[in-house]
Amino acid sequence: MTLKTNLKNILLVIFATLILSACSTAKKSGDIEGDVYTGKETVEFLAAGVPDRVFFATNKSSLTTASRATLRKQATYLRKNKNLTVTIEGHADERGTREYNLALGERRANAARDYLMTYGISGKRISVISYGKEKPVNPKSSPLAWSQNRRSVTVKVN
Amino acid sequence: MIKNLFYLIILNLFLNSFSYALIEVDITRGNLDPLPIAVSPLHVDIKSQEIKDIKVKQLGENISKIIEKNFKSTGLFNPLKKEAFVQKPDIAHLKPRFEDWRLIKAQALVTGKLLIKDEKLKVEFRLWDLTAAKEMTALAFTTTPSNWRRVAHIISDKIYERLTGEEGYFDTRIIYVAESGPKNQRIKKLAIMDQDGANTKYLTLGNELVLTPRFNPTNQMVTYMSYFRNMPRVYLLDIETGTQEVVGNFPGMTFAPRFSPDGKKIIMSFAKDGNSDIYTMDLESRLVERITDHSSIDTSPSFSPDGKFIAFNSDRSGLQQLYVMRSDGSNVKRITFGKGIYGTPVWSPRGDLIAFTKMHKGRFFIGVMRTDGSGERLLTENYYQEAPSWSPNGRVLVFYRETKAGEKGEGFSAKLWSIDITGYNERKLTTKTDASDPSWSSLLSK
Repeated sequence: MTLKTNLKNILLVIFATLILSACSTAKKSGDIEGDVYTGKETVEFLAAGVPDRVFFATNKSSLTTASRATLRKQATYLRKNKNLTVTIEGHADERGTREYNLALGERRANAARDYLMTYGISGKRISVISYGKEKPVNPKSSPLAWSQNRRSVTVKVN
Repeated sequence: MIKNLFYLIILNLFLNSFSYALIEVDITRGNLDPLPIAVSPLHVDIKSQEIKDIKVKQLGENISKIIEKNFKSTGLFNPLKKEAFVQKPDIAHLKPRFEDWRLIKAQALVTGKLLIKDEKLKVEFRLWDLTAAKEMTALAFTTTPSNWRRVAHIISDKIYERLTGEEGYFDTRIIYVAESGPKNQRIKKLAIMDQDGANTKYLTLGNELVLTPRFNPTNQMVTYMSYFRNMPRVYLLDIETGTQEVVGNFPGMTFAPRFSPDGKKIIMSFAKDGNSDIYTMDLESRLVERITDHSSIDTSPSFSPDGKFIAFNSDRSGLQQLYVMRSDGSNVKRITFGKGIYGTPVWSPRGDLIAFTKMHKGRFFIGVMRTDGSGERLLTENYYQEAPSWSPNGRVLVFYRETKAGEKGEGFSAKLWSIDITGYNERKLTTKTDASDPSWSSLLSK
């Protein structure tokens, strides 16, 4: 009986420690939410307040709330600069087969392009190119680096 | 063209020795007891003329060393040290004293001689079954002296064939992507080398990104993907003439090319508006056919050797899985239901297996399964590896493997590896630079 309670207590302690340590690691790399990079480390700007890139979850090409906000800023910027054309570069992390990642990068770039188009930007002004996993922005092999590499980047052409 | 350089003459093939031969090598299972074989240096005829850039006196020794290296790389043979050899090359070639060779525990013996005359290299060799005290096979052929490495590979193929009952794969080449520079600014060039790592040649300069070269199984054409002028497209390259051209006229990225088994079509993916589907293009008529039409990613297509089916990977179920369909795109069937995700299916040239890459719990596997998805066998597990390519006899896979990179990309490497489909005999291939995306040619002299 006492043994059982003791065991229970020990288990509880272990659980508590696990939860605490899990929290602390999550905080350390707090720039990732649900596998999507939310930090600013690699981000560049098309203009003041207009980030050039959005990030994706592993194997996904759906846009997060934050990504949509970024793309709306890009759309506003493109509306103001009517002569500007852009290329959207789609990228994948290194943890997938090369050919699939080429397709995935293309799908990500198009997800960003489609969103810009729903905000009134003509498709003629936006070309896409996929680099798959060929151009990582962060060369490290770590979940943080991979999350920074899963991206689509809007680049000014002219 | 290459074929014509060789004049193969069968000297004296003792057909009845097949039935009496005692030694044979079973390659259907992992061979933990490789066959002890003595490869005597080929005797160089003293009447041989000098040839520029070739050390004629050492030619017999050098050919025997290449044969030994080939044999060792199979894991099936154990080439014995030459110091222990008991007979001079020319005398052994006439008729070996079998009991003496048996003393050094050899079970098979290769002997030969060569002569360079009138700018031609004449070679003959014999394979002896030492246990049965019999000649098993003999061949003589004539070629240009600069082809001497290929002579060694052809001899290796003939012996492998005679002892295993399977076609060899030594007189072959591997095309791959040579990589250099830091991980986030990689320079990639097409490169080609002999199967044993010799004769490396670079086919592009590295000015543009190139990926996934693949041999035509019927000739020396190659298809690959290039970012020439920043337009990612599938190209066709003749490695003998160096001429190249874009495949088709697609308004977007084409990628993941491969030849049909008859070499007449290229199958590839075309990506448009966020969707990748599979297409073929007939190289003669230039006719383009759409094979899949699905809103998911369909890529990495590979024909069955009879041309009737296509394996590919698709994420139509949510994640990357393997599918097989008829070559017209009908009757699509998912074949992988195991844990993890699957990519890069490649049909064996024998038709019985599909090699693939599997990703599960952050690890990468190269494996084989039957063409209906049953009988999955994982051959090797590592941090990162993918893109298997078959040896022409369907016994060995070559693939590439990457290592983990540190903060600034340090520690990163990409290398070619091979493994038998038994799961034994995993080996790193020697390449001059980092390497990826290997593709194995057919036998050059077939």
